[in-house]
Amino acid sequence: MSALLQEMSDRALALGVPFSVQVDLTYRCNEKCIHCYLDHDDHGEMTTAEIKFLLKEMAEAGVFILTLSGGEVFLRRDFFEILEYARELTFCVKLKTNAVLIREEQAARLRELAVQSIQVSIYSHRPEVHDAITKVPGSLRRSINAIRFLKSQNLKVIMANVLMTANREDIHGVRALADELGVECTLDPTVTPMMDGDRSVLTLNAGESALRQIFRDEAFIGNAEEFCAPPPPPTPDSMDSLPCSAGHTACYVSPYGEFYPCVQFPLSCGNVRRQRFIDIWRNSEQLKEVRSIRLRDLTSCSKCAHGSTCTRCPGLAFLEGNMRGPSIADCEKSYARTGIPSANLLAKTETAAPRRLVQIQLVPAITGSRFDGIGAGAQ
Amino acid sequence: MSGRVYVARSARVAARKLGEEMLVMSAVDSTLFTLNPTATILWEAVDGATLLDEIVNSKICSEFEVNGEEALRDAEMLAKDLAKHGILLISDQPITPANSRVPERV
Repeated sequence: MSALLQEMSDRALALGVPFSVQVDLTYRCNEKCIHCYLDHDDHGEMTTAEIKFLLKEMAEAGVFILTLSGGEVFLRRDFFEILEYARELTFCVKLKTNAVLIREEQAARLRELAVQSIQVSIYSHRPEVHDAITKVPGSLRRSINAIRFLKSQNLKVIMANVLMTANREDIHGVRALADELGVECTLDPTVTPMMDGDRSVLTLNAGESALRQIFRDEAFIGNAEEFCAPPPPPTPDSMDSLPCSAGHTACYVSPYGEFYPCVQFPLSCGNVRRQRFIDIWRNSEQLKEVRSIRLRDLTSCSKCAHGSTCTRCPGLAFLEGNMRGPSIADCEKSYARTGIPSANLLAKTETAAPRRLVQIQLVPAITGSRFDGIGAGAQ
Repeated sequence: MSGRVYVARSARVAARKLGEEMLVMSAVDSTLFTLNPTATILWEAVDGATLLDEIVNSKICSEFEVNGEEALRDAEMLAKDLAKHGILLISDQPITPANSRVPERV
């Protein structure tokens, strides 16, 4: 984020303005990615009119950055009608797509509508790997063709990759492909649980050794020595800092109108079909709870060596059972980065230690026992 | 530049008012601008159909008790500066959607 954009985001925070919102237009998708966190069935998406009404409310609430995502946004027949309306309302629009349905015509239309950026999911430079992840033969070829169409319209394209066991050998190949196409490239190092809490997809994670390797690869992280340095002790400022923008300057709306702090934080705060967007933003008890989270209040994280540098995601913590608890995925990242286990990993290790064969237990107090009156007895 | 000056906002920007200031992003090169409260009043008022001096008189002079000529000069400078970045359009004719195209990303 540029310094000026960060400054504006800070001002939005001070003013209580939702600066950036992701709206998923559909969960339907033309790819069936093995790591996807969504249920792709249509359970009653918002209509065109409902989405336009929401966008109007969001513009009035001060939203500047609007990310349209899915599912696959181009599966909505009214996609360009929605996008056109969003641009009339002068949102800074970003798209997330697999780009399979983008041809010259769609790319030209995106340029006409001055879309700020288009993020395209690419998991490998090799068709046999990418297509096995998306479960759609020919999908890599079509996505790459689309990137070329978008680039020919001078649009900003970002290739987004997710690290998994299936593609861990291809991360440099994807980066080289991005360079060849003249686009940016990002790598998300973790697979996240499904929105319904199902954690079975986590078995696709590439594991600690892959993370350690990436966290020492300067092509991805810049200065490795700095990136992997032991964390400085938490300061009073870091103890009171906000964990992330979720619920503070950012939020998420699902295709069914559910309002969450973030796409990765499925805590329902209301529904825009029944309530005004700004009323949810200002008055939701759930959002107030999310906004109250500070490192200082987190039982184990506040005592952890990684407290000041951890990327702890409150959404992942919520999916692990407690938004004020640890996000083990982030503990693992901190460990892979520095080699220093987090307080939560240490506690987990201790819990997992084998039980002693002989245990000493205090005997509960016995009322009217024979020890009454001689100053003894368990409390 | 003083004379018949019409100004319009480019359609190729993202913009939102944050407090009293306007945040504007050019789609041509993603450059970000923040407009101070006075420039924000101008930004909101320019419509391609009203002469700039009329806007300055009605929205700036009356509001801020400033000299009309000086205010118009400042407004023209601002408009020229923002037009260089493609986020405002300037013409000696009313600006309509049909004649409001600006150079796209190059």
